[in-house]
Amino acid sequence: MSATLLAGAPGETETPGRSRRRGFGLLRAIRGNRKAMVGAILLVVFSVLAAVPQWFTPVQDANAHAFGLMLPPSAAHPLGTTAFGQDILAQLIYGTRQSLVIAVVVGGLATVISVLIGISAAYLGGMADGVLSAVTDIFLVVPTFPLIVVIAAYAGNGNTVVVVGVLVVTGWSYGARQLRAQALSLRNREFLESARVRGERSSYIILFEVLPTMTSLILANFLGGALYAVLTAAGLQFIGLGDNNSLSWGTMLHWAQSNSALQTGQALWVVTPGLCVALLGASFALLNYAFDEISNPALRPVRRPRARRTRS
Amino acid sequence: MRYLTHRMGFFVLTLWAAVTVNFFIPRLMPGDPASAMMARFHGRVNPAAIHALEVAFGVNSNQSLWSQYISYLHNCLTGNFGISLTYFPLPVSTEIAQALPWTLGLIGVATVLAFVAGTVIGTIAGWRRGSMVDSIVPPVFVVTSALPYFWVGMILILFFSVMTNGALPNDGAYDVTSTPGLTLAFGVDVVRHAVLPAATILITSVGGWILTMRNNMLTVLAEDYVRMARAKGLSNQRIMYQYAARNALLPNLAGFAMSLGFVVAGAILVEYVFNYPGLGYMLLNAVNNLDYPLMQALFLMITVAVLVAVLICDFLTFWLDPRARSRS
Amino acid sequence: MPDAPVLEVRGLTVEYDTAAGSARAVDGFDLDILPGEFVGVVGESGCGKSTMLFGVAQLLSPPARVSGGSVRFRGQELVGMSERELASIRWRGISVVMQSAMNALNPVKQLGAQFEDVMQVHGERSREVVRQRSEEVLRLVGIDTVHLKSYPHQLSGGMRQRAMIAMALLFTPDLVIMDEPTSALDVVAQRSLMMQIKELQRQLGFAVLFVTHDMSLVSHFSDRLVVMYAAKAVEIGRTRQVFEAPGTPNTQGLMDAFPSLRGERVTLTGIPGSPPNLLDPPTGCRFAPRCPKRFEMCDIPPRLYETGASLAACHLHAPAAEEAVR
Repeated sequence: MSATLLAGAPGETETPGRSRRRGFGLLRAIRGNRKAMVGAILLVVFSVLAAVPQWFTPVQDANAHAFGLMLPPSAAHPLGTTAFGQDILAQLIYGTRQSLVIAVVVGGLATVISVLIGISAAYLGGMADGVLSAVTDIFLVVPTFPLIVVIAAYAGNGNTVVVVGVLVVTGWSYGARQLRAQALSLRNREFLESARVRGERSSYIILFEVLPTMTSLILANFLGGALYAVLTAAGLQFIGLGDNNSLSWGTMLHWAQSNSALQTGQALWVVTPGLCVALLGASFALLNYAFDEISNPALRPVRRPRARRTRS
Repeated sequence: MRYLTHRMGFFVLTLWAAVTVNFFIPRLMPGDPASAMMARFHGRVNPAAIHALEVAFGVNSNQSLWSQYISYLHNCLTGNFGISLTYFPLPVSTEIAQALPWTLGLIGVATVLAFVAGTVIGTIAGWRRGSMVDSIVPPVFVVTSALPYFWVGMILILFFSVMTNGALPNDGAYDVTSTPGLTLAFGVDVVRHAVLPAATILITSVGGWILTMRNNMLTVLAEDYVRMARAKGLSNQRIMYQYAARNALLPNLAGFAMSLGFVVAGAILVEYVFNYPGLGYMLLNAVNNLDYPLMQALFLMITVAVLVAVLICDFLTFWLDPRARSRS
Repeated sequence: MPDAPVLEVRGLTVEYDTAAGSARAVDGFDLDILPGEFVGVVGESGCGKSTMLFGVAQLLSPPARVSGGSVRFRGQELVGMSERELASIRWRGISVVMQSAMNALNPVKQLGAQFEDVMQVHGERSREVVRQRSEEVLRLVGIDTVHLKSYPHQLSGGMRQRAMIAMALLFTPDLVIMDEPTSALDVVAQRSLMMQIKELQRQLGFAVLFVTHDMSLVSHFSDRLVVMYAAKAVEIGRTRQVFEAPGTPNTQGLMDAFPSLRGERVTLTGIPGSPPNLLDPPTGCRFAPRCPKRFEMCDIPPRLYETGASLAACHLHAPAAEEAVR
């Protein structure tokens, strides 16, 4: 799964000055790009579900074993119930919060770390850069999932905080590498030279000149990190390393699997939470891909007029 | 040449880092393996088992930390990872040797296939920019690359195994009733059991390769040397392969190396869903049984596998990119 | 009897399709090039000169396309030709030299291989002939033939540029199109390259269409000069005349922007303002908003008026009679 690669290659970005209009142009860019629209709509839907789940289902506590076991879909339970007597739809809706929160928190923290490390490496140069880059590459190459599994097994008991922690620790490296590459390419650009000549301090240059030009890459990293978090957290919970008593899509899948839901005709219990994970992940991936297109003109969709010769 | 030595150095460095992390994890984590073992064996702890733990972690209260570390390193290098708690008293290395071929066979082959297929499809999609193929490809594969591996596996099981009453098996690497051996019947059985897991990996990972290759192609196609090739009147095919794809492939290879960590994650989950007896399945079982020696050795083994794959990518890059050859 | 022109361009129009509509990057461009002539094309950044060049050579990529006009090369109409039909003219009749050889040469192929593939595609099968010809053109530009085995990144900037020129001359074409081939070089290398091009031109007799933003450089080497602004040609004439008596304030502005090393000290003036938005160009003279000599007539688009031996699109040269009629 190379979803995190979709952030594209680091390269030339827009000149400064455009960043001021960024907020406004961003909305317009989203509206103009179909992929971005779909991704944004999905994200909004999930955010609403996470914020006010009680509006969408009469059930108060989705984890309570309140109803009949393994009921098929009906008006009272649109998706049926689980082997423990829980309303599947209610679980899905309430479970949104945890998945979304994990995604955003991990995405945010991982992005912060990758910005710090990536940009410092680019600016400090020399030995510091060598060390930071080596560390980044090591984290990047070492297969972190088995490591997470091992650590989670030791740390025991499936704590959501532990899950978030290991996800952050293992998810920052890709972004750091990209940011470092871009920061390096920006380092010698003229507008930075002029800031240096004006006598500005390095920290000023980094904060106010470099960072604004890298917002698109930072945003892409956030989205990539969120996607990574959604999928990996679901995976961890699925194999039972999350908090099995909490309410999230991954734990739903875990319980479904332990109750052999597929083989016992409870397909909905398996299909629906996975579908939600897929949709949330897809929303991040679509937004990420769309921003890639927006910031790199070479990738934009080409509308082909009735040309005499079609030459690609 | 310098490029290669640099990459080999990285290989060794990363391996050392992984081994060291492995050494320190038990010491840093809450929860003492020994008491976990006591709990598991209900207090009746076998001295050989304790010794297994010691070997696995290098834990030996008689020695200083440094000498523990050295003997641990030595053990790792000689393949002595102690004795597995789950498969007691079989040594860990034996267990791993049994699981390794299954993982290499299924995951390795499926991943390489996905990469090759993805690269080819991505090349064509990038070349035929603006066509029907190209307008469908990105959205579809953006979505498929965001699907959770294990869920896709379960869906495939639902449709092709449960609903077809077992037309394609979903459990294990071969039927428990058949006898392993170099027979055709056995071979067919193995392939039948590999279809669904391999399909899962293909479906979820091919999307990423397609998209990155397509993007690379588009970037390369905007380059001057492609325009130059057109100006020379070269045939489309020649331009697509020798000018565009050859150059677009290079960053893709690097991307492949970087994403292997993610591939491993998916592979572990796929093995779990299909009960496929590879390294990933073994790892998860080990976790459930708190079989620490096995867990740690598996982590190391998986790391080595990934590092070797990365090194192969580095060699390929060296071969394909003349700039890497003269990098100084 | 005068020779027939190698290239006849009439009304060439190139459009860029954008989300906001179509912009005309080249709007009705006319030009004739005689055999062996060196024609320079200058203008501000964004005036459409490179686009015009690639439009002539049928090398545009989406979203740009030729939307009108005609380009006749030795009597054959290029616009509308299929790729297959164009293939026989490509490189044999018209070859291209680009701005940065580092970007224009395939990084993963040896130099010799890049010479070889163009010769092969035009029917030359014999390895021996290919090698001999490759060595011959390298010698023409003064590069050691051992570099046939080199990769582009192993050569210096100047060498790469000369290698590109060598490649362009493989079939001694009638017309060599050059898109700012000197921009990536230092001043000394620039001059040396230009002199080399002129010398080769003298030897082999090909015509050159040379686009650059460096007016002073091209003026020493070109026979005729075309000045472009905002997708249109605004002045055409013999180089000397254009320099001594610039027909439009735009041309004058361009010249003023390049100080002379040995002349008297003058205040450096650029041309204030910026080029118009090609999605919605002004209805009158496109330079009018920035022109220091603007007057009422400039609300009407000028056509090319004769001014001495050159043509200039500026109402300052409109014949008085026409003015009275209006």
